[in-house]
Amino acid sequence: MATQMSKTTAPAIRPWCDVQNLGVVPYARGLELQAELVEQRAANRIGDRLLLLEHPHVITMGRDSHEENVLLDRERLARRGVELHECGRGGDVTYHGPGQLVAYPILDLRPDRCDLHRYVRDLESVLIGVLDDFGVLGHRVPGRTGVWVRRAETAARSNASSASESSGTVTEIAPKVEMASEAKVAAIGVRVSRWITSHGIALNVATDLRYFDLIVPCGLTGSAVTSLGQLVQPAPSVAEVGARFAAHFGRVFGRRMRAVGSA
Amino acid sequence: MAKTDVIMPQMGESIAEGTITKWLKQPGDSVRRDEPLFEISTDKVDAEIPSPAAGVLAEIKVGEGETVEVNTVVAAIADSADEVSDASGDKPAKSDDGDKSDNGDKPAKSDGGGTPARADGSDGDRAQEKQPAAATAGAGARTATADASKDELRRTRSTPLVRRIAAEKGIDISQIQGTGISGRVTKQDLLEYIEAGGPAVSPTRQREAPAEPSAPATPSAPAPAAAPSGAPSSYRSPTGPTILPPSPTFPPDASEVVEPMSTMRKKIAEHMVHSKRTSAHVHSIYEIDCSNIMNTRAAVQREFVQRHGQKLTVTPFFVKAAVEALRAIPLLNASIDGDNIVYKKSINIGVAVALEWGLIVPVIHNADELSLVGINKRVADLANRARNKQLKPEEVQGGTFTITNPGIFGSMFGTPVINQPQVAILGMGMVEKRVRVTKDDAIVIKPMMYSCISYDHRLVDGAVADQWMIHLKHTLETADFKALL
Repeated sequence: MATQMSKTTAPAIRPWCDVQNLGVVPYARGLELQAELVEQRAANRIGDRLLLLEHPHVITMGRDSHEENVLLDRERLARRGVELHECGRGGDVTYHGPGQLVAYPILDLRPDRCDLHRYVRDLESVLIGVLDDFGVLGHRVPGRTGVWVRRAETAARSNASSASESSGTVTEIAPKVEMASEAKVAAIGVRVSRWITSHGIALNVATDLRYFDLIVPCGLTGSAVTSLGQLVQPAPSVAEVGARFAAHFGRVFGRRMRAVGSA
Repeated sequence: MAKTDVIMPQMGESIAEGTITKWLKQPGDSVRRDEPLFEISTDKVDAEIPSPAAGVLAEIKVGEGETVEVNTVVAAIADSADEVSDASGDKPAKSDDGDKSDNGDKPAKSDGGGTPARADGSDGDRAQEKQPAAATAGAGARTATADASKDELRRTRSTPLVRRIAAEKGIDISQIQGTGISGRVTKQDLLEYIEAGGPAVSPTRQREAPAEPSAPATPSAPAPAAAPSGAPSSYRSPTGPTILPPSPTFPPDASEVVEPMSTMRKKIAEHMVHSKRTSAHVHSIYEIDCSNIMNTRAAVQREFVQRHGQKLTVTPFFVKAAVEALRAIPLLNASIDGDNIVYKKSINIGVAVALEWGLIVPVIHNADELSLVGINKRVADLANRARNKQLKPEEVQGGTFTITNPGIFGSMFGTPVINQPQVAILGMGMVEKRVRVTKDDAIVIKPMMYSCISYDHRLVDGAVADQWMIHLKHTLETADFKALL
């Protein structure tokens, strides 16, 4: 130990984290897979793993979900091709679907990261880094977990077209009032068992945002949802964003990321 | 006989309470050690809590949906099934201090929850008694986090033992002058408070508490000496009119116009005088060759404007370089609190914005998370909203280091006043082409800037400040910023 300590410049070797690109995975299969991997991780048969995937249309209800935040019943949702699932993650109702990057880290937080708030803040940090790579300024909103962007970013582009329509003098005189100034671009819902994480984040890349109208996302009435595709032209692909996510994940969690074949 | 208490675990530094969402075992069920016992939820995280021991779940004390403070006993596990039946008669044998196990046996609880006194002490009654008490404590904690100042938060974040004693006695910790680290209330403080009269509601408990072996009844630490000084925390804003030096009185004269100061003006005046009185200001001035950043800007500006709809300014380069220097030398990202050095984990850079009606310092929180582009956007966004009076309160709070740019008005350099409770501030000067002599005696023309670091010599010595500036200068002059764009 002493000899190692004396080499002050030699950094500790960062552990590996395997990145698995799974493509489109049905929600139920995703749950099974996570349960298996959590068991394997707990038994130390595998190392840390980051699953990157997309889900078909599905509405999921976290542990703190309120029924009234799903606005249609199961049957009507089914007719629209949307499943409804309950799951053991934190958080309220959310929507997953094509064009949304879902990342499930199966990570052992021991020994040095045993702090649930820190873990959530770290996931936000990863997401802010990813958005930053695409020139989008994401930020946290105290008390509302997730990553948000200021509406002005979206508004600036649409203003140009709407300016010609607003002929009334009232709008010109009135000061710029931003109604819902923030829109959520990424949601977080996490489960931790024996300090091993599952579930994770959902980042809207090219998500059809109309599906969010079926729910009150995370129980936050009156708040808006946006996607990376609405903020950057041309919209990046989910795979591209996933690659950035993996890179920032490695940076924030001090892991060396390497790709493994799909399961 | 042995019974193990199951407590609400501390799942993170800032987590003071947890909500039990689900019991995975019911009373009478046998559990293995480390087998999931119950689930809690906090801030979008669900966590399974494993059993601390093997045995039989004897009793659930906190039901689903209830929120309790960390370290509250939520259940008890008995060694084997036959103990469940007589568990009500036993005091838990495994218990590290008397307070915890005494809870249920006290016939009249003193914590102001308005719980009716029960003398029969059966299990059911205990559970009922526990609930309102826990709820009261929980509610108190929530109010505290909602509107308490940082100072109060630090003070109220005492050890679980202190909080528990306080809760049992119905004492509001924030009312007590703490002598611990950062003014935290120690057990000693609490006991002295009680001895000195406190709220004095439970005479029996009062005599019991100081009898604990680790706590002498009389103070042995030099606590009284610290107390009169009023814990001069740098976080506490100066009070009252004493902060402004007495102004000369003017005789009434028609040639003068008297105008009351705006609130912002008064605040700035207070802060500046307070800072000058608090910190031992020293200034160090370095000359920075801005060729690197000017060339980078020139090369990318056109594309940058096209892509991001705004210009790349000089400030983000300095923010980025300052972040790197603060990472390398964290002392300049610290604060002084009494006799303690408080190192800040986050790097939150304040950027001073001149307004027509004054000056404000919005903060780029977690500046180390952002790229040069991100910082540029954030600076523009904050400055813009500062001018439109749209900043939110949290956006001008929590800064750990400040950068100001008096150079935009043409000054060679300024010697800025430290933004309390920080310990350093970086002033940028005007960029100006100057004649330089190179190492090999050639005369060249370079865009140069005088840059000034003002630092608090109470904490930062000249050598450290100089190292910091050399780090900053090196980054600005040599970093490949193009690769970061």
